[in-house]
Amino acid sequence: MNYSIIRYILFRVLEFAGIFLILPCLVAIIYHEKAGFAFAAVMVVCIVAAQIGKQWKPKSNIFYAREGFVTVSLTWILLSIVGALPFYISREIPNFVDALFETVSGFTTTGGSILSDVECLSRSVQFWRLFTHWIGGMGVLVFIIAVLPLSGGYNMHLMRAESPGPSVGKLVPRVQSTAKILYGIYIAITLLEIILLKISGMGFYDSVVLSFSTMGTGGFGVLNSSVGSYAITSQVIITVFMILGGLNFNVYYLLVVARKPKDAIMHEEARTFILITLIASVLITLDIRGYYSSTALAFKDAVFQVASMGSSTGFSTINFDLWPSFSKAVLFVVMAIGACAGSTGGGLKVSRIMILVQDAKHELLRVVHPQILKKPHVEGRAVEDTTVRSIQSYLMIYLMIYIISFLVLSLDKYDFTSNFTAVMANINNTGPGFNAVGPACNYGGYSVISKFVLMFDMITGRLELLPMLILFSPNTWKKY
Amino acid sequence: MQIIVVGCGNVGSTLTEQLSSEGHNITVIDADNQKLQNLVNSNDVMGVIGNGVSFAVQKEAGVEHAHLLIAVTGSDEVNLLCCLIARKTGGCHTIARVRNPIYSMEIAYIKEELGLSMIVNPELAAAQAMARLLKFPSAITIDTFIKGRVEVVKYRVGADSILCDQTLQQINSRLKADVLICTVERDENVYIPSGNFIIRERDEISIVGTTQKTLAFFKKLGAAVTRARNAMIIGGGEISFYLAKQLLAMGLQIKIIEIDKERCEELSELLPGAVIIHGDGTDRNLLMQEGIMQTEAFVSLTNVDEENIMLSLFAKSLTKAKLITNVHRISYDEIIDSLDIGSVIYPKYLTAENIIKYVRAMDNSLGSNIETLYRLNDNRVEALEFYIKEGSPVVGIPLQNLQIKPNILICAINHRGTITIPGGQSIIQVGDTVIVVTTNTGLNDIRDILK
Repeated sequence: MNYSIIRYILFRVLEFAGIFLILPCLVAIIYHEKAGFAFAAVMVVCIVAAQIGKQWKPKSNIFYAREGFVTVSLTWILLSIVGALPFYISREIPNFVDALFETVSGFTTTGGSILSDVECLSRSVQFWRLFTHWIGGMGVLVFIIAVLPLSGGYNMHLMRAESPGPSVGKLVPRVQSTAKILYGIYIAITLLEIILLKISGMGFYDSVVLSFSTMGTGGFGVLNSSVGSYAITSQVIITVFMILGGLNFNVYYLLVVARKPKDAIMHEEARTFILITLIASVLITLDIRGYYSSTALAFKDAVFQVASMGSSTGFSTINFDLWPSFSKAVLFVVMAIGACAGSTGGGLKVSRIMILVQDAKHELLRVVHPQILKKPHVEGRAVEDTTVRSIQSYLMIYLMIYIISFLVLSLDKYDFTSNFTAVMANINNTGPGFNAVGPACNYGGYSVISKFVLMFDMITGRLELLPMLILFSPNTWKKY
Repeated sequence: MQIIVVGCGNVGSTLTEQLSSEGHNITVIDADNQKLQNLVNSNDVMGVIGNGVSFAVQKEAGVEHAHLLIAVTGSDEVNLLCCLIARKTGGCHTIARVRNPIYSMEIAYIKEELGLSMIVNPELAAAQAMARLLKFPSAITIDTFIKGRVEVVKYRVGADSILCDQTLQQINSRLKADVLICTVERDENVYIPSGNFIIRERDEISIVGTTQKTLAFFKKLGAAVTRARNAMIIGGGEISFYLAKQLLAMGLQIKIIEIDKERCEELSELLPGAVIIHGDGTDRNLLMQEGIMQTEAFVSLTNVDEENIMLSLFAKSLTKAKLITNVHRISYDEIIDSLDIGSVIYPKYLTAENIIKYVRAMDNSLGSNIETLYRLNDNRVEALEFYIKEGSPVVGIPLQNLQIKPNILICAINHRGTITIPGGQSIIQVGDTVIVVTTNTGLNDIRDILK
């Protein structure tokens, strides 16, 4: 294990954390808010510490998958702690564990809050909460890779450990160019959403921060009613952009950069994701039709909620906890499946489900034809056995973490449904669950232990399980 | 540049590593998932699994936007077909590896008709490098500049050499040879020496000069300058064939020991002038019987690298013959170098080097003023060829009055075909080409050598 290079990269991360903190400072200056001092203080400390630490050059450039995984998980832990400081120092979230929970929830694009009233927060604090969604959605290290000319082959290991999906490919030969293209697309879509929301009549500040939250598939809002009190056109725009955030970014690459619209439209994973969203929306519409004056209104809320849960955003227009059981069950399934690989969303990922379903079918075929050789196909390509096996173990590890977290949470005061969906909502980076953690409630009531378990679940879920687990595996730290 | 490499074997992966580290965007195509995965994991390049001949696979690798496709799979036919398809689809430059001697004879025709930019033959290149070394046994390696008119000869200073413990100025005034010592490799370091640099035993020095001047220098040194009169070659593969053919033409007596009967018969038909022995080249008795004690050059070219190294060590213990060892595969270069077994030839590096030279030339035609760029001493030293244009700040000033940065040496001036090895009084004129040797990388213009 090459500690020196990990230390070096972490100082670079600290430097960027400082740079990101400039933005809420600017917001505080514009709105003349005292919270700006908290941001400025943390920013100065970060940048100064990073400038000093950066001089301490790494001893060697050896960097393998192990260093990549450890660096990524440490980066996320470091960022969460640094990001929580302004909340705590400004006294807007006076409890440090709560501030940490809020930041982890932000960076991992979960969007589950511990605050019961978000409207009393100052604008700069509000901005920082939602900005963490945006930067966490595509990844901090991906951003650093895009901006800094990190030499050596190690940026691929970083990118692979931070990007969601079973196998991370490059769009173009260079990692840095790939990262630049991804962020370029991301920024462009975000700008588009800001403009559209502004046109739909939303205030400028709300348009900007809600766009951060939507494109990062985060879920923090600026109002206690989430997005329920905005105009219907704004809600529809947000629905569309939640789905866009949940799509595989390869689609945009094919569409805009490579100019192969046919390939983009034929993208299997994206089509499956949209198909799942449509079917789930129709099912829910049929189920809740009776509560609405018109089917169209029912459909609008159904699509919004399915897109919100499927893309792992977690916005709500109404309290869907009051919906009938079947609708809630559909939402739960959609939440478990999650978004596409290579998107900003969380969950098990549509492509993993596609591979697992095909593999299960082949297992049935194998009973009839014991000698049959068949491989799952995704995007017209055979999936290697090793990939299938790693997805199976992924599912197993996922369930193990799920069960253990659920057991620990059950020691707390809440009921079965709340605990069960709380784990799901956090490990999938969605945000709201049902009952005590439903859209109208928050995580503030959980004990400190439960909060730490949920924070672990959030980061583990965001980084696709392995990086965080490797951090706690003794083998990782052995010299030989 | 956007470059596609088809095949990630020995040459393919060496090329990929080096071109990628020089800042080109590389996409590698190979059918073997595992091999490709290993390469992609250790380098910042993109991999495409599939048959490089396939039009669809090439398109996926982005052949339409590629500047160059290099086909280095194991099969000549596949390589040629790859290039043909890439040429028709993308109109990019193409380089193919073609090693079959039958095709080699018709190489010009194939190149012309298929529109290839370059054809590389690792075995032929290796044989040529070996033949050059046998012409001049004192050298460890020989590189050539300005279309072969300037040679850079690497030489190891022995304990009894008159160069030992002398400064460069002393050496100059003593030997009065019109050559320049441009780099000195000592332990792990490479130095660009100044006038008061002291040469020590076991230094590896590189000497720049025209062929005759270098020869004269070595004569004054008392080093072996006469070329070998006979050579023993162990192993009868393609390299042996090419090498034997060249050496026979130079008038050497050649003895080839090959283990395979059929190949022996084939060789005896192809090379009537050589003595072909059917036997195991690693058999000690056979080697003694065939006169290893009397041979003046010993070349080990079997297919097993370890055997080659062993044979060379054995020959070193018995004779003073010039040793040449061929290493195909194994990557413990520094260990092999430390064995002190004379010249070691790595065909994969030679091939990669030739291709990289072409790539650099292509790249340069797109921008900077560098005519050609060579890497010496394991890539730690660059030799650059600059063309001097009108208005260049170095024109017309004696070199001793130029404020040149440290670790930079102007080591040859080509003035309308006349090569001078410059001294302090030399003047660069418009239209000259100059060779600059430096350990600072990243020079783009002759201007950059000045302080």
